[in-house]
Amino acid sequence: MSLPFIVFFVFAFIAVLGALMLIVAKEPIHSALALVLVMISLAVLYLMLGAEFIAAVQVIVYAGAIMVLFVFVIMLLNAGAEERTDWSKLAKYAGLPLGIFLLLEFAHWMFRSAIGQEIANGSLASATSVSTEEMSRMLFNQYVFPFEATSILILIAILGALVLAKRDDPQ
Amino acid sequence: MMSVVPVSYYLVLSAILFGLGVIAFVFKRNIITIFMAIELMLNAVNLAFVAFARAHNQLDGLVFVFFVIVVAAAEAAVGLAIVITVYQNRQTLNIDRINLLKF
Repeated sequence: MSLPFIVFFVFAFIAVLGALMLIVAKEPIHSALALVLVMISLAVLYLMLGAEFIAAVQVIVYAGAIMVLFVFVIMLLNAGAEERTDWSKLAKYAGLPLGIFLLLEFAHWMFRSAIGQEIANGSLASATSVSTEEMSRMLFNQYVFPFEATSILILIAILGALVLAKRDDPQ
Repeated sequence: MMSVVPVSYYLVLSAILFGLGVIAFVFKRNIITIFMAIELMLNAVNLAFVAFARAHNQLDGLVFVFFVIVVAAAEAAVGLAIVITVYQNRQTLNIDRINLLKF
């Protein structure tokens, strides 16, 4: 077993472990830290796939900015341990089997589908590293309109967050 | 040293993470944790995007991952503002107690 396989399996294991910890953790802050673990191991996998820029953005924006926002809200609301109320019967008896079924179905489909087989059987060794320059050229030529649209989206999101979180005090 | 791991491995990992995200979304009872489950599912989809971009040697997938990250940031900002508003009005984060619209 060569080195890339070992690295892949180690970080895939860490990612799945982090996702499981997110589910079983009682405290929201533990779930948040588990999610940071998942994101950082996914950044390593992006590096292995040759997407350096996406790996950097994953660490800076996802693990940095978005998760800090989550941790900040957890601190602000003083969110303690999750209280267990009685689950609905539907979630208790149908939810877990259906969730596991969905997971297995995804894995089965990915393995058996024609596109998965074609990908698995090679044509990957010739792939070269993706240059960030090439990607940014594409972003500012072909995708310049969606890029500008996302800037408007972020502006609206800032305004929306401000309006929603504003404490309306009666004068 | 370039990756020789087949892309299907990445896709299976992505599917597993997405499935775990769905399970967390259904089973968790804290609004903030449910938001985190959504982020986990978005991450799983991003991994599939990068893997396919790699397999087909096209950069469009990476540009889409970029947009997904931007939209996730905007969604987290607005969603957490909603969570703060809900907490101010109901003094709870438990999703079972926020049932005003429940049929």
